[in-house]
Amino acid sequence: MSPTPSLPSTLNPQLSTILIRGGRLIDPLTGTDSFGDLFLRNGLITPLSEAPRSCDRVIDATGLIVCPRFIDCRVGLGEPGFEEDETIATGTAAALAGGFTLVASLPDTDPVVETRAAAEFVRQQAERAGNCRVVPLGAVTKAREGKELAEMGGLIEGGAVAFTDGKQPIANAEVMRRALEYASMWQKVIMHFPQVPELVQGGVMHEGYYSSVLGLRGMPTAAEEIMVRRDIALAELTGGRIHLMAVTSRHSVEEIREARKRGVRVTADVTPHHLLLTDQQMESYDARYKVDPPLRTQLHIAALIEGLQDGTIETISADHTPVASEKQAREIDLVPFGISGLETLLPLCVEALIAPGHLTWPQLIAKLTTGPARLFGLESTKTLAPGTVADLTLIDPAATYRIDTTRFKSLGQNTPFHDRAATGRVHSTIVGGVIKYTSTRVE
Amino acid sequence: MPDLTPISASPGPWTRKHLLGLQDLSAEELTTILDTAGRYKAHWNAGETKFDDLQGTAIANLFFEPSTRTKTSFSLAAKRLSADTVDFTASSSSLSKGETFIDTALNIQAMGIHQMVVRHSSSGAPEQLAREVDCCVINAGDGTHEHPTQGLLDIFTIRSHRPSLKGLTVALVGDIKHSRVARSNIWGLTKLGARVIVCGPPTLMPVGIEEFGVEVAHRLDDVLEQCDCINLLRVQFERQRGAYFPSVREYAHLYGMNGARMKRAKSDVLILAPGPINRGVEITPDVADGQNSVILDQVTNGLFIRMACLSLLNSARSTQSPTQQEKSR
Repeated sequence: MSPTPSLPSTLNPQLSTILIRGGRLIDPLTGTDSFGDLFLRNGLITPLSEAPRSCDRVIDATGLIVCPRFIDCRVGLGEPGFEEDETIATGTAAALAGGFTLVASLPDTDPVVETRAAAEFVRQQAERAGNCRVVPLGAVTKAREGKELAEMGGLIEGGAVAFTDGKQPIANAEVMRRALEYASMWQKVIMHFPQVPELVQGGVMHEGYYSSVLGLRGMPTAAEEIMVRRDIALAELTGGRIHLMAVTSRHSVEEIREARKRGVRVTADVTPHHLLLTDQQMESYDARYKVDPPLRTQLHIAALIEGLQDGTIETISADHTPVASEKQAREIDLVPFGISGLETLLPLCVEALIAPGHLTWPQLIAKLTTGPARLFGLESTKTLAPGTVADLTLIDPAATYRIDTTRFKSLGQNTPFHDRAATGRVHSTIVGGVIKYTSTRVE
Repeated sequence: MPDLTPISASPGPWTRKHLLGLQDLSAEELTTILDTAGRYKAHWNAGETKFDDLQGTAIANLFFEPSTRTKTSFSLAAKRLSADTVDFTASSSSLSKGETFIDTALNIQAMGIHQMVVRHSSSGAPEQLAREVDCCVINAGDGTHEHPTQGLLDIFTIRSHRPSLKGLTVALVGDIKHSRVARSNIWGLTKLGARVIVCGPPTLMPVGIEEFGVEVAHRLDDVLEQCDCINLLRVQFERQRGAYFPSVREYAHLYGMNGARMKRAKSDVLILAPGPINRGVEITPDVADGQNSVILDQVTNGLFIRMACLSLLNSARSTQSPTQQEKSR
């Protein structure tokens, strides 16, 4: 286990004392699930016995869940280069609204985050924005071309916590092998998007009956499964760590499950939309359903849920991919893939996993906290215990409302979930002892 | 007896403002279009060459993908119905200046257009437009999705040579995967009771084709003798480069309709082709020009089908209240 790296700081102008009273405290790390109070002072969780008679703030957490910070292991923040889609300031504000206190930023920017300077720029912009914490992901290969390795050492010095070429698959197996080997000297994970590019060329949606009816180019599940198998074989060969982003196929889950049993260092994440929607949704030629990997079928959804239940899949990511509205008003072939997902992750997870009884709250929270933390070696040993940094998410599990994209903090309003009936809302997001977001007002 | 009923009396139900594909149409609606086209044809054959059904309306041909035949057919159909027509092609467009196709369509509509005939290389583009504009939208072929008027004119042509489609065996031969004509034919023919066989190499079959309610064959010779109609889809040579088939020669050998195959087919088999045809590839000249060929009938009938569609959509447009129009959008 590598030592826990120091967290990037955010500007905390007003450290104070906060008492969170009467919440359901869930800490997946310690297995805690009990009702109680939490006292925060100077940005740290502090023993209750030290709480003064009157605190600067008292939050009545009756009916709320209080849990460690949500982490998203891969978000598109647009900046630098795609500020029409998102900026680090708007993306991190969206993250706070989604309950996240830490996000890992994808390097698929322009220029690509492939140097120490680029990684430091991302961190600096995040400091300026003063919203949530941001850790950069560095590119695996120069210009994300899948040919030559990027300077991983320099990127780590610049703050990179892992490496990925984003949604650009590394087609060359030799390059992937070397990347796994090279990154292993820092115990860093390679996050890969498992897809064989030739099999999805020009693809718009899942290959199946509906793609045939609609006359839209299909993307077969085999494109994912072949790459998942290859990546597992290479992780096994090298002993390196691989994380498979956004798996969607039943066979992928089976392969990962078996590989983990053999001790291969492979992890995976899924997205909420792949748990809720199927390829049939494309019948309306509505580009908001165009995501990569594509929406699959009920059969695959059931397998993903099983994978979450038995621990094969440890992480859920919003797959946040904001897209400017002018890029959406195009022919479906030309519309970029993606959903602006940070601000809808929680209610969608409630709908897909909690409401039907597939996961308990502690299990779901683990997928949003310890799962991604482990990926980056950011896990602490005692997340809700005194002495830890007060990065917390407060959830109102019973709140019902309609999702409203016009209230998004994200610049990207590209989501098919607008106006969807939702249950479960982020009540407050606390970063370093400061309430950075509440669903009623921003402090 | 030719049907010389006044055309204004619609032969059946019609409430749609857009014609985006045949998949959603009922058998009754299909029959309404076919019967309306039949009346235009009867009047035409009786010497009537100009109709005033669309007097005072304007129709725009929005062709984002090049076409000669379909565009000419729609233009002529609109003119025979006394509509004003305007043509828009991608090459002369502001698309090259970066305008989105939806903005282009909204601009054309703002000039006072009542119906848009839309062809586009992207599947679904007409449906996307129909959501944005107030006027009627006719799909004149979108990507590999549908080409409803072509499907209708194929069916009309078969119907004019056979008393009924019920129980007829129709083979669609060739590149089913990339063919919008095949899809429109499949939906239309199966709804009207025909038995449809799709025939082509597995590489040119769409995934899940069995669920379309058709039978699948990979060798034409296996099904040739059962067919009442054979519709020979055009081969696109660039598919060879995409490794869909090894050579044009092998394609012609396996799927080309030639004299030898004609001898084995039913003596009254109808030979259709949506065209433009590649003589010597999917069809040999003796078959294309032979007595079983109805290829030129298809082109003639295309006019009547398009007249029927334009006039039915126009009637739905003008009878709908604004709120209904809101709904059907």
